[in-house]
Amino acid sequence: MTTLADPFDPVARPAAEPAPPARRPSQSPWAQALRTPRVRVAGGVLLAVVLLCVGTLGWTVGGANPRYEANSSPLVRAGPAGDPAGWFGYDGLGRPLLVRCLLGGTISLAVGLASATISVVLGVTVGLVAGYRRGWVDAVLMRLVDVLYGLPYILLVILFKIAFEDPLARLMTRVFPESGKAAANLIVLFAAIGLVSWLTMARVVRGQVLSLRGQPFVEACKALGLPERRIFLRHILPNLVGPITVYATLTVPAAILQESFLSFLGIGVQPPLPTWGSLASDAVQELSPTKLYWWMLTFPCLLLVVTLLSLNFLGDGLRDVFDPKKEAAKV
Amino acid sequence: MTKVILYRLLQFPLILAVIYFLTFLLCWVAPGDPFSTERNMSETVRRSLQERFHAESPWKFLAYYPRQILFHGDLGPSMQQPEWSVNDIVGQSLPVSVTLGLFALVVGTVVGVGLGTLAAVRRGGVWDWLSLSLALIGISLPSFVVAAVVLMGAAASHRLPVGGWGRPVDVVLPGLALALAPMAYIARLTRVAMLDVLGADYVRTARAKGLGKSLVVWKHCLRNAFLPVLSYLGPAAAATLTGSFVVEKVFNIPGLGQHFVNSVLNRDQTLILGVVLVYSLFLLSLNLLVDVAYAWVDPRIEVDG
Repeated sequence: MTTLADPFDPVARPAAEPAPPARRPSQSPWAQALRTPRVRVAGGVLLAVVLLCVGTLGWTVGGANPRYEANSSPLVRAGPAGDPAGWFGYDGLGRPLLVRCLLGGTISLAVGLASATISVVLGVTVGLVAGYRRGWVDAVLMRLVDVLYGLPYILLVILFKIAFEDPLARLMTRVFPESGKAAANLIVLFAAIGLVSWLTMARVVRGQVLSLRGQPFVEACKALGLPERRIFLRHILPNLVGPITVYATLTVPAAILQESFLSFLGIGVQPPLPTWGSLASDAVQELSPTKLYWWMLTFPCLLLVVTLLSLNFLGDGLRDVFDPKKEAAKV
Repeated sequence: MTKVILYRLLQFPLILAVIYFLTFLLCWVAPGDPFSTERNMSETVRRSLQERFHAESPWKFLAYYPRQILFHGDLGPSMQQPEWSVNDIVGQSLPVSVTLGLFALVVGTVVGVGLGTLAAVRRGGVWDWLSLSLALIGISLPSFVVAAVVLMGAAASHRLPVGGWGRPVDVVLPGLALALAPMAYIARLTRVAMLDVLGADYVRTARAKGLGKSLVVWKHCLRNAFLPVLSYLGPAAAATLTGSFVVEKVFNIPGLGQHFVNSVLNRDQTLILGVVLVYSLFLLSLNLLVDVAYAWVDPRIEVDG
């Protein structure tokens, strides 16, 4: 695209999207990303939420008398004065909502992060292998992805949970008699959500590998006589870091939302452990036109929305920086 | 073109067969069966139930049901509610979900495309902010919260019926709750695509020839900006038309969406296979439809098999 302004432009063109700050040739895309306002703000908000939730973990679960247990009458807005735990009001069992929101935040974020990690590892591996091997390997893997796309994901999640939760719980309780069941529940949940969300990643990575293979620098590597393995690991893989980061960032909010849906079905993280999704789901059950327990819905949803928004903005901002299409257009 | 469509249609049975077999495999690998929910069931009763449903072994199941489906179009009885056949269950709930889904899709697409276009044309204006906030709600609130809030708002205003099914007006609230997520997504897709298109040379040419602004935007630009929306619409329509568990549960609607979850939780194998086949058929047909529509919207694109 030309950068010359056309003074005779007959159309008042709408201004283009604010371009990310131009990159100096020496500057890495990461440094450029850090200078993008959207990435800065979203990253800052996200960091604040994470620090708030994880940093207060000692306060929320620590001590002989955990603060997340019932210590007030149910469903009241104002608790005993002077106790910061009561700032958000109390839930249906008299547990302070602030503490549950913070603890739930940690678990929700963990679900998002762990599931996204699983889906990234799986998706990237499948995408790389399919794009690199091509031929029948590619055909088989991509048909598998197609078929899994064709199945309703809820079927996979529930069946996976049913199949693995009980055996794992039995195994885990033998090792950790107290927390084994909850840990097994969390692990199976991570895996189940991760296993249904790697498909897009696999498609994206495969597409990228296929387009990178055809580029001159890969030809040059081949001409230099580099072994396939080295071309693959040292020259193609580093070029994929951008798109992978973008989609990983966008997978986290999707995983958190899926957990909230599973909580609504009653097969998410098992009580008494909270997540933002299960807190919102509890609040929806309590909702009635006669008596409005607004704090039960508002606070968890607010935290959820702020977190998901910043994750989405972060992903969008990174995409603008890493977008291969824009790169191609610049060249 | 016709040849390509025919070729794709011929592939349907093969893909459906693979999906059927895979789903069956998943159901059979997962522990538990539809008959283990009854307490204190004697071995004899259990055996006779299994025999009645041809479910003693995976081989018996595969020997019986696929043939029934192929030759009689009969999906078999529901294992959980034996007095109902899966055909009846799907036949009664699918029209409900399709009606609701169609309403939601039309509302979502029309409002989403309109909002996205206005947002792109008036960047930074009121419409842009409106579409942004809508998209934010759509992507960051769980659907059950949206549905519950819509329900509460309606209950407080006493204007619209908040539950039940049968009258045309019943479709409005659940339809809106269902439409929000696709609407938000479509608005964003349209906006991004529109911003690309508005800068294109042919738009300038069209304006230079003296064509009106609204004609250029709504006819020339939208046609090209619609392509990303179209590819999103295929899977989205399949999911919306086959029903949403959340919306059906919150608004108490007898649609197909509830069976997706309940059949799996009950391990009702015949019903699971039935709803999966219906969903896959919708997905395949709608994806084909989208590919054909692609060629129609942008004649440069060729449909391939």
